[in-house]
Amino acid sequence: MPLLEGKGVTKYFGGLAAVSNVDFTVEQGEAFGLIGPNGAGKTTLFNLISAALIPRSGTIRFIGRDITGLSPYKICRMGVARTFQSVKVFATMPALDNVILGSFFGTATALSSKDAVREATELLDFVGLSAVKETPARDLTLANQKRLEVARALATKPEVLLLDELMAGLNPTEITQAMELVARIRDKGITIIMIEHVMKAIMNVCERIMVLHHGQKIAEGTPQEIAASETVIKIYLGEKARAGS
Amino acid sequence: MDITPLTSKKSLISGAIVLVMLILLAFVPLYAPGYPVVLLSSILMYVILAVSWLVFSGPTGYISLAPAAFFGVGIYASAIIGKALPFPIVVGVGGLASFCLALLVGALTLRLRGIYFAIFTFGLVMLMAHSMLFYELHITGTRGRFVMVMSYNTVYYYMLGIFVLVLLTGYLVKRSRFGLALYGIGQEEDAAAHTGVNVTMVKIITFAISASFMGAAGTVMATKWTYIDPFIAFNPNYSFMPVVMAMFGGMGQLYGPVIGAAILTYLEEFLVTKFAEIYMLIFGAILVVAILYMPNGLVGLIQKLWKQISKRKHAVT
Repeated sequence: MPLLEGKGVTKYFGGLAAVSNVDFTVEQGEAFGLIGPNGAGKTTLFNLISAALIPRSGTIRFIGRDITGLSPYKICRMGVARTFQSVKVFATMPALDNVILGSFFGTATALSSKDAVREATELLDFVGLSAVKETPARDLTLANQKRLEVARALATKPEVLLLDELMAGLNPTEITQAMELVARIRDKGITIIMIEHVMKAIMNVCERIMVLHHGQKIAEGTPQEIAASETVIKIYLGEKARAGS
Repeated sequence: MDITPLTSKKSLISGAIVLVMLILLAFVPLYAPGYPVVLLSSILMYVILAVSWLVFSGPTGYISLAPAAFFGVGIYASAIIGKALPFPIVVGVGGLASFCLALLVGALTLRLRGIYFAIFTFGLVMLMAHSMLFYELHITGTRGRFVMVMSYNTVYYYMLGIFVLVLLTGYLVKRSRFGLALYGIGQEEDAAAHTGVNVTMVKIITFAISASFMGAAGTVMATKWTYIDPFIAFNPNYSFMPVVMAMFGGMGQLYGPVIGAAILTYLEEFLVTKFAEIYMLIFGAILVVAILYMPNGLVGLIQKLWKQISKRKHAVT
């Protein structure tokens, strides 16, 4: 049974099909990449999986259970965690409290305060933020805020983690660190679905990649297959660029 | 929210200060009966409204203008069942009725954010006033009602009791994981929802708890007024004043609205007696200056000054 499965997932904004009849399956333990030009519907698909939005039609199943249209907090507690494209940290709270909130509320069984603090501290250490755990989240750099979001998502003990452009806006060093972080999350046995424009990252980290364009799935396959795909190159670089090369 | 252990030195000291203040307040009717008790009852009433308003609106940032609606429900509870039942039960019913109204209203409106929520909650006050007027004129055939009278001291002690409960609730909310969720909602509601917080439930429950104290305060206050009608009970002033008082005192700390309500209530009394004709004008001017120059309220100002003084001390040594 696939860990996460979507069938005919469709979402309209007004008359525009943001996501149109998309099927996908994500297996336990894999890293699944989601790419496509701006406005292709990648973040919308994340919003549909995490129930920030409700699809017009289609179903999403998590370990066989239909989770379409459940409340976001329920989906989080079941084991689907996410980060946000534009970071949404709890600005005035210390980094530690940001993560503690995840430990308190995001897990199926409630933790004691002591355990929550201990776990949150470990997670901040895991993402490399132990030096700034008392710093209010708004005073962290963008790269650190993104790591903080990852720690907060991990605090909810997810089976699958949705990373929405974790590397956007980061410098090359930070990107390398972020890639290494993603690899370590995978080593924990957590399945990863990531939206990314940094091709180096997606090609290195993911086993399978799905390409969206105008809300439709136009390709799916291994990084090698995607890199060689005519349609994908056409969409990313355009007809002329290809002709000229 | 800081997760310092409960037995830290600082919280012990502030706990002791609060306890001493409460004990002093409890003995006021013995040493200073009469006007001081009446004035303190009014101050406590506003303190209850302002603190219970802050319990919900402070962390979440949802500016509620509904206090007058919940306060008025309490007043009518007193007027309708006050003579038939023992008073503690009446206060409980007043609180519970406000709690239920807030659950209902919260479920309907807490999807609204920002200014829409503020406007809707204010509309609720008007709706309550006019529905009550309609009911009184067409069904009971009167306009107002008489409320049973209670002694000044009874009113005072009930207010003091409710005040202690509000303070305790505010403190517990602030220190608990529930409070952490509330702050999370105030800062990034979507992120809170995707981090496992049942945002709708947390918001509605807190809104209703805060409303129940307003209702209880209304139930007690009605006995001081002896006569009420829909526009006395649902007077929009009881929505605006708590907000203004909380802002004036400072919304960062629980004692901010306590100080704000105490000072502004006293100021209002003073101005009404000395400058009856133009007191609103003076009061308004003071508020404008206060909000312009103390964006974090009185508490924020004091904290800022304190920091500067201690910095200077540091520089000298």
